[in-house]
Amino acid sequence: MEDKELIEIIERYLTDDMSSQERTQFETLRKNTPEIDQMVVEHKLFLDHMQSYAHRRSFAKLTNQTFNKLLAAGEWMTNDTISTKTKVIQLWNKYKRVTAIAASVGGFIALTTTVLVMSLSPSLNGNQLLQLSNDIEVIKKKQQVQGHLINEVKSKVPENAKMLSGGSGFLIDTKGFIVTNTHVLKGNGAIVINSEGQELHANIIYSDYSSDLALLKIDDEDFKAPKNIPFIIRKKMTDLGEEIFTLGYPRKDNDIVYGKGYLSAQTGYNGDSNSYQIQISANPGSSGAPLFNDKGEIIGIINTRQKQAEGVAFAIKSTKIFDLIEMVNEKENKKAGKIKLSKNNIANLSNRKSQVSNLKSYIYSIRSYN
Amino acid sequence: MKAELNEQALLKGLAGNDSKAVETLYKSHFNSIQHFVLNNNGSFDDARDVFQEAMITLYEKVQSNSFVLSCKIKTYLFSICKHLWLKRLHQLGKYSGPLSSQEETISVEQDMREFDKKEASFEIMHRALNSLGEPCKSLLEGYYLNKKGMQELAADFGYTNADNAKNQKYKCLIRLKKLFFAQYNIGE
Repeated sequence: MEDKELIEIIERYLTDDMSSQERTQFETLRKNTPEIDQMVVEHKLFLDHMQSYAHRRSFAKLTNQTFNKLLAAGEWMTNDTISTKTKVIQLWNKYKRVTAIAASVGGFIALTTTVLVMSLSPSLNGNQLLQLSNDIEVIKKKQQVQGHLINEVKSKVPENAKMLSGGSGFLIDTKGFIVTNTHVLKGNGAIVINSEGQELHANIIYSDYSSDLALLKIDDEDFKAPKNIPFIIRKKMTDLGEEIFTLGYPRKDNDIVYGKGYLSAQTGYNGDSNSYQIQISANPGSSGAPLFNDKGEIIGIINTRQKQAEGVAFAIKSTKIFDLIEMVNEKENKKAGKIKLSKNNIANLSNRKSQVSNLKSYIYSIRSYN
Repeated sequence: MKAELNEQALLKGLAGNDSKAVETLYKSHFNSIQHFVLNNNGSFDDARDVFQEAMITLYEKVQSNSFVLSCKIKTYLFSICKHLWLKRLHQLGKYSGPLSSQEETISVEQDMREFDKKEASFEIMHRALNSLGEPCKSLLEGYYLNKKGMQELAADFGYTNADNAKNQKYKCLIRLKKLFFAQYNIGE
């Protein structure tokens, strides 16, 4: 089938312009062919954007027309450099009655002003705080650079060790438990590196080849445990087309990389029901990187990408993390302690930029050696 | 009770692109926004822009299925305008202390984030469409935005038949999607 015809069919499918028989046939085709499913999802996303573009454009036009019509009819005064005098007169005329009443209860005004100032101040603080946090960010960066230098001198990897594999992982418990992929851990030993470049020793607690999920625990006196984990792990399924993002360490220089995309299928490669298919064009991130939804909840763990189709990757569903934790907790690993997951999703409260800078310190680069 | 019903009817009209509803909203609320912006370092044109953005925010809000307006339209529009105007003053470096207003406001952070997100993809689509050139731009706008049929478009653009127009539309669509997603996938 040619692409042109395919797009035409997809458009008919999405606009409900199909006989029920044709629809069933197409749905079967879609189910069995990930590439076509991917195209359907992508095209729907595109058409949705086109639709809201059209809506906003025509509405903006309508408001312009309405505004100009009322303006021509003399509805408003248009001079904006009203001198203080006329401004006062205008205000006086408009609020004559109000002022009269208010003047008689002057105390009330004083009170209102206090309340007003108090109620307005927080919004001001919010904006200033944001700028301040940016400043802190700059200082942090500087410290990072220094941290790097020190760490290069004193690596935690044993001298004769052979590096075998690497990837990403993320903290799920303040005690230092990190989830990653089993295939990231090809050796017996592991170190993790945080977003500031600090290396830490970690023990491999559990690794499961069938689910490709593994658990590490940081075992290092230099580890500064965070007060809490700012995200929750999602128990429910995630919807098709939902926006997602990831943070991981795919680069050799160990800089954290942000990537954005969307969920393109509820099943993974060859219909694997334990995985999602995702579209992340910017950077798929390396194995073990967490996949977040818009609210900052973890919905999956990136583990593979399709070689032939660019931007198509797969992620293990977050529900599998619960299975892993249950397994580990049941074994009552006394030395490592029980895993407790975060119940609060703090990341949700902020915008994407601060979401990312907030989340990155919980995401680690992982190296495994023998 | 009656006022509440009127507000509901207004919002319904707004959702359906009813010009009467838009006119009523402008007539009853623009004045106070104009006063607010003029009293806080702005011009008439600023007030016009800010109010239009607030109207678009409200319009897009009433279009969504999960729509609830938990306050009066006046309070909502004013809160959005205040937020937008504060932001603009910050950008211009003109901000000097709390804004003077005596209106009641509600928190609109969530809605503003939604608006910003939509604004970003609107801009991307706008740029993508404009960098397509003609006849691609008009052809796609005709088909997807103005919902014209292929037959009609073929006649408009001087194609000998609908199939030729379809071919052209497909080529244009592929280019537009490429342009759009190249920007869209980069991120914020």
